[in-house]
Amino acid sequence: MSDGAPGGDAGYDEWADALAEDGYYLSCPAGHGSLPPRRVCPECGNDSLSEEPLPAAGEVVTFSAVHVAPPDFAEQTPYVTAVVEFGPVRLTGIVRGLDADEVEIGTQVGVDVTRNEATGNRLVVFRPR
Amino acid sequence: MTGVRVAGVGLTEFGEHAGRTGRDLFAEAANVALRDAGVDRERVEQLNYGNFMGALAERQSHQAPLMAEAAGLHCPATRYEEACASAGVAVREAVRAVRAGEVDVAVAGGMERMTNLSTERVTESLAVAADELFEVRAGVTFPGAYALMARRYFDRFGGDQTDLAHVASKNHTHALDNEYAQYQREVSVEETLDAPTVASPLGLFDACPVTDGASALVLVSEAAAQRHDLTAPVAITGTGQGSDRAALQDRETIAETPAARRAATAAYDDAGITADDVAVAEVHDCFTIAEVFALESLGLYEPGEAVGAARRGETTRDGELPVNLSGGLKAKGHPVGATGGSQIAELTRLLRGDHPNSEWVSDAEVGVTHNAGGTVASAVVHVLEVAG
Ligand SMILES: [Zn+2]
Repeated sequence: MSDGAPGGDAGYDEWADALAEDGYYLSCPAGHGSLPPRRVCPECGNDSLSEEPLPAAGEVVTFSAVHVAPPDFAEQTPYVTAVVEFGPVRLTGIVRGLDADEVEIGTQVGVDVTRNEATGNRLVVFRPR
Repeated sequence: MTGVRVAGVGLTEFGEHAGRTGRDLFAEAANVALRDAGVDRERVEQLNYGNFMGALAERQSHQAPLMAEAAGLHCPATRYEEACASAGVAVREAVRAVRAGEVDVAVAGGMERMTNLSTERVTESLAVAADELFEVRAGVTFPGAYALMARRYFDRFGGDQTDLAHVASKNHTHALDNEYAQYQREVSVEETLDAPTVASPLGLFDACPVTDGASALVLVSEAAAQRHDLTAPVAITGTGQGSDRAALQDRETIAETPAARRAATAAYDDAGITADDVAVAEVHDCFTIAEVFALESLGLYEPGEAVGAARRGETTRDGELPVNLSGGLKAKGHPVGATGGSQIAELTRLLRGDHPNSEWVSDAEVGVTHNAGGTVASAVVHVLEVAG
């Protein structure tokens, strides 16, 4: 059981905290969406970033059922990794509550933060809705 | 600005080198390259060395001076790390140094030791090339990331696993006579389709193997080639690099690789050529789908058109545009930090006529190499031409 990555969890906690509760993303005055932690907009460099509510439902953009995994995820195989679009931002996480053959491009999911049982690390997951 | 010639190339066999150190592998490649070039060691003014995971695989960072020592070189030595594009960047920076007139003779290449790690540890080590915060912690593996790209590509443009299996089969056929290749054996389309899934839609035979190996090039200015009467008929006439957002989720598109398109555009402009001039290519097929992305980014195919190229017989050795005559990463092997140098070594041999597959491209004057880092957050493209 490790507790977080060697580099520490400061950045990741900020990211996981942003997704927990109601969830938010960051938006610059030009409307570029980005994910925290973030000091400047990666598109235009503007450092005036506001927290905007993350849409409750997102759409699967792409996915894969992973059969060979690193040690931190080996106990969960096969698991479905997906990239999901929530309005102006896209998130990457693991799909829970659907089998691999039930996931399609376009499947509607919500986002949640849980724990990776193998490591105790916080984990971004998507659930059907 | 002076032109740059490839005076010598050196490779180790790619495969499993149990019991050999990384420094021994690189020393072999550099030794072969210097002998091939006919250049005295004392003339080498700079070593540019690519390596990705030495700190994990051999508990050894700060490898460049160590490799200079192992190769008997006495010159400034620098390690370049850009994941799987590490050697590509090392070569590019050597080309720029020669062109700038700062050095007349440089050695560039790379090395990776991988087979001493378990599959789980290799998977973990390669994943370090992805975005730790947004991808690695979400369970994204290296094959998993390319699987996400493949699924998106199929959805947008069409194509299927059989198309990709033809890429695998083609590259294995190309490797049959390549003495440096890890797999000198045929793999059929059926075998590829029947292989176990690694990350759907990609199977075990869509992936390149885990490989130990090293590559080295001796790059010289045109003036030095003349002064020392070197036989160096192949010139590097174009170099280009592109970068992109680290995480797939943040890219402008997941069904294309814009960083490689930027690298190709820059390299073609640099060389004063267009995609139509390219007669042969060595591209970064770490997974079968990656060859498809490469060919489209290089402008050799329109987006959506390259997936069927191997199946249609266009990129096979007897096709209009032979791709990966070395066997590619898929069959020749992929020692991550050595690959970018290996591609240029193979293309140089192909163009100067001493490669086992040279007969298939005997009229070729212009070739390109495409070396990608991670899921193409980094890309380096070089144009090589027969200069006579
Ligand atoms: Zn912005």
